Amino acid sequence: MKIVNWILFLSFGALLIHASMGLPNRGDAGAVMFRERSPAGSPGASSYYIRNAYRDAETPNMVTVILADYRSYDTLGEETVIMTAGLICFLLLRKKRNDRDEKKALKAGKDAQI
Amino acid sequence: MRKYKFNPIILTVSGVVSPFIMLFGLYVVFHGHYSPGGGFQGGTLLAASLLLIRLAAGFDIAQLQFKRILGTPLGSIGVLVYFGTGFLAMISGGEFLDYGFLPFAGLTGAGLRSLGILMVEIGVGLAVMAILVAIYDDLLEGYPND
Repeated sequence: MKIVNWILFLSFGALLIHASMGLPNRGDAGAVMFRERSPAGSPGASSYYIRNAYRDAETPNMVTVILADYRSYDTLGEETVIMTAGLICFLLLRKKRNDRDEKKALKAGKDAQI
Repeated sequence: MRKYKFNPIILTVSGVVSPFIMLFGLYVVFHGHYSPGGGFQGGTLLAASLLLIRLAAGFDIAQLQFKRILGTPLGSIGVLVYFGTGFLAMISGGEFLDYGFLPFAGLTGAGLRSLGILMVEIGVGLAVMAILVAIYDDLLEGYPND
């Protein structure tokens, strides 16, 4: 069983390394995703972001501009998801523990009465 | 769950390290304009500094630093800061989340956008920090001595 695990692990790693060979180099402006038009022929937004990020927001970090300015609706949604997760944890965990504790307290009370 | 045991070495070391983690978290939040970072990463670091004290000093003593009931309200305030920034821009004539229309005097369009990004990042950092601590507290609910 252990040998099978190792073979699966190594072949998956080799697959990932093989797939990473096909990626463009870091900072390669001529890569497919930075072209003015997508392979389907529609105009692409990424070249606009790269050229105009500093001019639009005076922020040297392009990623921050994309995250918080161009795609701010997306980030608002992400933050709402985090808050919803916190609220759901609050509701689920609190309710469960309280029920269990009440049952325990009831049981202990009955034992004491007997 | 294991009971909390007092250990002076762990308490002292985490007491020394925690403020530095908090400072680094603030740096990551406010320096997101110039270096990798931003609200999500900085908020996680701030939460890490609070959780370190919670793990080292126990749940009850850590209440002095950050109360349990503060978690969920602060997270909601963080979301409201984000939403309020967008709404402020909408009230003063632009579209929702269009930071160029924020009503702050003495700044041009690009500077206003930079300021709007900073406000949004502060909201994100606050929400992430508060919600991470709140989830930890909710997991500890019912085990008060850990």
